[in-house]
Order: sequence, then C-alpha cells, then structure tokens
Amino acid sequence: MPEFVFLYRRTQEAYYEMFNSPERAQQSMMKWRAWFKELGDKGYLKNIGQPLEDAGKVVGGKRKTITDGPYAETKDVIGGFSIVEAKDLDQAAQLASGCPITEAGGSVEVRPVRPLNI
Amino acid sequence: MAESREHPVGEPDELAEHLFRREAGRLVAVVTRLFGIHNLALAEDVVQDAFCRALETWKFHGVPQNPSAWLTTAAKHRARDILRREATARKFAPDLRMLLESEWTLGPTVDDAFYEDGITDIQLRMMFSCVHPQVPEETQLAMILHLVCGFGMDETAAAFLKNPAAMQKRLRRAKTALAGSKQLFDISGAEDVAGRLPAVTRAIYLLFNEGYHGASAQSAVRADLCTEALRLVSLLLDNPLTATPTTHALAALLNFLAARLPERMDAAGDLTLFMEQDRSRWNGALIAKGHRQLALAASGTEVTAYHVEAAIAGVHAAARRVEETDWDAIVSLYNTLMRIQPSPVVALNRAVAIALRDGPARGLEEIGRIADRRRLLRYPFYFTALGEFEHRLGHPREAKKHFETALGLARNPTERRFLQGRIQHFGPVSQQP
Repeated sequence: MPEFVFLYRRTQEAYYEMFNSPERAQQSMMKWRAWFKELGDKGYLKNIGQPLEDAGKVVGGKRKTITDGPYAETKDVIGGFSIVEAKDLDQAAQLASGCPITEAGGSVEVRPVRPLNI
Repeated sequence: MAESREHPVGEPDELAEHLFRREAGRLVAVVTRLFGIHNLALAEDVVQDAFCRALETWKFHGVPQNPSAWLTTAAKHRARDILRREATARKFAPDLRMLLESEWTLGPTVDDAFYEDGITDIQLRMMFSCVHPQVPEETQLAMILHLVCGFGMDETAAAFLKNPAAMQKRLRRAKTALAGSKQLFDISGAEDVAGRLPAVTRAIYLLFNEGYHGASAQSAVRADLCTEALRLVSLLLDNPLTATPTTHALAALLNFLAARLPERMDAAGDLTLFMEQDRSRWNGALIAKGHRQLALAASGTEVTAYHVEAAIAGVHAAARRVEETDWDAIVSLYNTLMRIQPSPVVALNRAVAIALRDGPARGLEEIGRIADRRRLLRYPFYFTALGEFEHRLGHPREAKKHFETALGLARNPTERRFLQGRIQHFGPVSQQP
C-alpha cells in the first residue's frame, strides 16, 4: 500500500486561543486520541510518528548558516507527523480530513512517500 | 487469554473529567504563590505552557499513568526556569525573596511550593485574594471561577452571560487591583481571615445559585457551577481556620440542594415542579452529608441565613414524599429568615409555605401583605405562585392569566416549556407535534 506522511500544521494564534480554556484543550486531546485510535484500528496508521518541539534551528546555504527557526517567517508550525497507508492520495486526504487539528485553525499536509520501485 | 492484544495506538485514554480545568486552578495558585500575585499573568502563561506540552506529547504517546504528576512537573520546571532567568529583571513573591535569590534554596523552595499537601491551602489563599475589597462582587465570582476553578475566559463569560471581551476587561481590571497586594492573601493568621471569610462564603453561595437558578439555558455549564461551588466549600472545610459553623451551614445547604440536582436538571425549578419531583431520585449520600454538616453548623452561637436556609432544605430532604413535609417547621424557619435577611423573595417563599400548610386562600393573603411586592414583578416564580393558588381555588381564568404573565418573564426554554404546559391545561386543547 502506498504510504503518506501527514504533517500537522498549526497557527500559533489559534493554538494559544485554544489554551485559554483548559476544558477545550482536554477535549481536543481526547479527540486526537480517538482519531489516532480509529486510524490504527482500521489499519491505516503505519507509524503514529512523533510530536515536534516548536523551537529549532535551520542550517543552510553554502556557508552553512545556522538560524533560529523554522517558524521565523511562517505563521504556521509543524507540530508533528505520522505515516499513514492508504489506497491513493484521495483516500489519504479523506482520512486526514477527520483530523481534529482542522477544528483548531490548523491543517494537515498530506504528502505521498516516493516509492523505491517504479 | 495468554495472547496479548495488539494496540498500535492504545485505547483512547481515560482522563478524569475536567482534569485539565482542575489542575489549571491548582497550578496557577501554586505558581502565583512563588511569583507573587503581581506576576499573575506570567503564572498563567507558565501553566498554559505546561498544558501545551502535555497536549502535544500525550496526543502521540498517550496519557501517562499519573497525568497530574506529569503536569505538576512540567509546570515546576518551567516556573523554576523563569525564577532563575528573570531573577534580576523581576521581583517575585516578597516573602520568598531571600529564598529565591540563592541557588541553594531556590530548588527546595520551588519543590516545597508544589508539594501536594500544601496545595489546598494555596488554593484557599487564591480564593481569599479574589474577594479583594476593591473588586466588585460579581467580578469576584468570575475571578474565582477563572483562577481557582480553571474556567477559560469564554466559559467564565458564558457563566455570567457576558460577552468574552467585556469579561476580559473586567478580569484585567480585577487583576490590577489584586497586584497591589504583591503576595497571595495570608490565611495563616497574619491577615484578617475572619474579616474576608464572609465575602468568600458569599461568593461560593452565589456561584452555586448561578448554577442552580441561573437564567441561562446551557444546563451543562450550570451543573458544573454547582459542582465547583461544592468543591470550593470543601476547601474551606479542610482548613480549621475557615471551617467555621457558618461554613458548615453553607456546606449543609449546598449539599441538600445539590442532592436535588438530578431531578432538577429536567425541571424548571418552579413551585409545582418542586412539588412533583421524584424524591427517590434525590441523592441520598449528599443528603446525609447535608445533615452531618448541619449538625456541625450548630456548634456556634451565630445563626446566619445559611443556617436557616440549610435547615429549610433539611426539612424538605427529610420528607420522603411531599405530603410528609413538616410545613409548620418550614413556616417558622421562614419567619426566622425574614428577621435575619428580609427580602420580597423570602416573603414569597414564606407565603407559599403558609399556603401549603393552611390552604391557597391564606397564601394569597400573605402575598398581598408582602411589603415590597413591586420588586417581584419581573420574577416569573411570583406569577407562577399566584397562578397556582388561583388554580387551586378553582379560578381557572385568573390562574391562566398569571401563568401567561409568568411565561412572558420566563428565563429559559425549560421554564417556558413548563409554563406553556400549564397554560394549555386551561385553554382549549391545541395540537402538539
């Protein structure tokens, strides 16, 4: 089955907005757990992945410049990733549409993993 | 059975209901104790940060065995970082200044603040801080709900039917007033605990009332307010300095009333509905607690309105069926209440009790004698009582008129539904879907 990487993107403002209410934060977490469980139970979740720290460094250029990032210019941050198996990109996108992040002003970037064999 | 089931993700984790909210209240109090109340906003940020970390980590890895300990540790680390990093830029709690200045004592001081046993006291101190004399009463309640109970800004606003922006403004102003004190209110005896205790008990009483009689339709939020009020009163009972006979009386009252909540949830709480409640659904454990607290309340010399209201609720709770109610006792308790805390609403309740003891004609007579009757004209229950008495006297036309007036004043859909049912009883039968 083709594999897809889900990148969870969220905007800082929407995120902090949610944390104004511990109750909402708790509900959001339970929704995530339920969503992951459903993907897992149906056999789509290849690897649940990892959450990522907001802080980091970006290293680039010929001189290998190190800057604080990666969020310096972008308003949204990747908060984590998962690896999902699906029939095709459409189905993967369909699966991503149930992600609770969409309710909190965020989005899921769905990227097919390039297969080794043509 | 030997085969272990595979859960690539694990079951959706069990997390105690309202855990985050409860922990938020606890942790904000502890961090504020370290930072000083003038740094309240910073303390709230620290706690928010701990929750962010928890949420992000638990989403992927599941809820840990002891989520409270996890959150406490996260908040503790963050608080300690800030105490170190901003040691020169900021002034923290003045009474801890010496201890927080040296790296030798900073760690143990922080550990101490987060030590489980001390936390209820710190929450008490936060509660006492919230009833600051310069903060208006309604805002005091909102502050308690927001800071001690961990309600978000929107939820706090919703609880008082205010728009979030207006509530935010009020709370900001209140926080500025509190900041002047620099540290949390001292309940160990250095400050006037007895002087501020009445404001605290009143806040808890009003918070409960807001949930119990609240004008809002969101019943779920309302029951939450009652639960929170019960929790706050138990914080007062945990400390010998605040567990006064008056606090016991308040605890008795709230427990008796809370015992009726399951029946009340689908009822509007009017006279008739109270009479028609299925008392077997009242919560026996809470009633027993109420009686115990009422006994403890009798140890003092002072008789407060809470004592009398609790005694009234106790008489109701003791009657298994409404017909068994000792109306004599209730009328005499209302007479006492009229002496301690006279109001048109108390007078109306007294009139209702008299009607139930001596008949509806006597009830109408007593209502006619209420001194400040005009103040009841916007109170639906007043017209419901009038309607009920007229109905029992065999005056359907008058009864219907009163119920219609009450309907115009109804504050939520439940009240409206109940009154519509009452009105239909008199009018021609209409088609109901």
